[in-house]
Amino acid sequence: MHRFAKLLAAATVVLILAGSLVTSHDAGLSVPDWPTSYGWNMFTFPPSMWVANILYEHGHRLIASSVGFLTIIMAAWLWLAEPRRWLRWFGVAALGAVVAQGILGGITVLFFLPAAVSTAHAGLAEIFFCMTVAIALFTSPGWVASDAGAVDDARLRRIATAATALVYSQIIVGAAMRHTGAGLAIPDFPLMFGHVVPDHWSPAIAVHFAHRMGALVVTCAILMAFAYLRAHHRTRRELMRPATLLLALVAVQVTLGAFTVLSQRNPWINSFHVVGGALVLTTSLVLTLRSWRVRFASAQSSQREQSTQTQSTQSVPVSAASAVSAVSAPRGART
Amino acid sequence: MLLRNAWVGLAGITLALNLVACGGGGETSNKSAEPSSPSGTPAGQKVDTATAGDVKGVVNLDGVAPKNEAIKMNADPVCLREAKGAQMSEAYEVGDDGKTLGNVFVYVKDGLGNYVYDTPTETAKIDQKECRYHPHVFGMRVNQPLEIINSDPTLHNIHAMPKSNSEFNNGQPIQGMKMTHTFDKKEVMVPFKCDVHGWMNAYVGVLDHPYFAVTDKSGKFEIKSLPPGTYTLEAWHEKFGTQTASVTLGPKESKDVTFSFKPSGPTATN
Repeated sequence: MHRFAKLLAAATVVLILAGSLVTSHDAGLSVPDWPTSYGWNMFTFPPSMWVANILYEHGHRLIASSVGFLTIIMAAWLWLAEPRRWLRWFGVAALGAVVAQGILGGITVLFFLPAAVSTAHAGLAEIFFCMTVAIALFTSPGWVASDAGAVDDARLRRIATAATALVYSQIIVGAAMRHTGAGLAIPDFPLMFGHVVPDHWSPAIAVHFAHRMGALVVTCAILMAFAYLRAHHRTRRELMRPATLLLALVAVQVTLGAFTVLSQRNPWINSFHVVGGALVLTTSLVLTLRSWRVRFASAQSSQREQSTQTQSTQSVPVSAASAVSAVSAPRGART
Repeated sequence: MLLRNAWVGLAGITLALNLVACGGGGETSNKSAEPSSPSGTPAGQKVDTATAGDVKGVVNLDGVAPKNEAIKMNADPVCLREAKGAQMSEAYEVGDDGKTLGNVFVYVKDGLGNYVYDTPTETAKIDQKECRYHPHVFGMRVNQPLEIINSDPTLHNIHAMPKSNSEFNNGQPIQGMKMTHTFDKKEVMVPFKCDVHGWMNAYVGVLDHPYFAVTDKSGKFEIKSLPPGTYTLEAWHEKFGTQTASVTLGPKESKDVTFSFKPSGPTATN
């Protein structure tokens, strides 16, 4: 199941790249109808017609459908085999998210790409990607095996959670900039109209400026998280690895952002910048979830205790161990 | 429990399979249309053609226009085959002497008062041929039918992006497909684009009167049968923007107006 969850997360990365290529090539309306494609059923639309920008938009739709299909399998698998009730429902929520994402994609096409809907589409894409990565993490052997010895550091939890929230906010600002056509509102880098701060303003310049400032804030937050981990949890591989990766990804991401401007929004550089943002977000999420691992364990323990108490009050003579077994592995799956 | 699992699975498959996808006038003319004869049904004052005059003119280019960008059509093999030779964007239609500007929409912006005009029944046309719009700039009337044709053996979508009228985006995947559209408000200009082939764009000026023209490559235009009066003319170019000129026309009078666009900014004389 963990491997399949990783496959779903990897497929979602491809989907995000495909989606960003659509916007980068201004191909969002190249297939004007939805859910059909030029009147054809999406799955029978002749490949000979996947020309020019249609390739990006139709390709995005097909990849989205594939990810949707994988999500159905994931949700069904979790529902049938996963002992943790909350994770079973989390799989259902992921399915709901991908369905909502598909509907948002359709709405944005039918209403000629309103910036608010397109930005929401981009924002939900990131949430869905986070959900797939979270499922992969929750089903990983390292997470499932034991909560003994997990780091319990409230300050780390605050720093990591704040970093993830900041990255997500930065992505939303970036999406708003992208879908309001403000990607080149400030055409130079690193200066802005030759100054450290723009010497004139418009809504487009403001949102672009906010994205650049956001990059600065996010970089500081991630540097802070890394420094904190180095100082307090240097030996914790499960934390240092994502933190190091996060640092590298942020460096790549800032570089891609700069080249997006300097290349006058080259579609591929721009698209990889979008994917880079998603990878920064999910890496930060992994770090955050691992910092909260001990709390997950506590919640599970509470759930087990509650279950045990319930069974005790029903005067059923079962041991605590069998009660845990009843909650954790009702379908014979691993705990 | 098994039943519930099966139901959830089935519902999920149905939903995701159905929903998980996102997005997921004639050729350019330098002459205006003739005003309608006063025998129509609409109430109001009609133009007396016996006293009407003409405005002729030229749109000059004062400077050197930027070069049109080269277009690569290799994303669609059909376009590559249909459009022969080097392909350039149509932004700057400059005369052979380099001093005149084509594809400029010239129209009476103000001064017509309360004249009324019959709505033309003949269709304006825009054709998608050799992966270009023909014409690139044109004018038509409010509520006049616009016929949109795809003459190419490839897919096009025609996407109109007006500000006052309703936006539309229609696919024409089959060669020979036609559709008709009318604009119900005046608007200068309504841009068209093909989202499949990013280089394809066109502009239409939609007016509630017949006094408009598009310059040819020699920059010339002619607006005929304009009643006596003082008018504001506007010349619009897709890259250089707009400029206006004032002209006063007596009965049966003909006046010349010259517009001059500088690549850095327009000027007008008359």
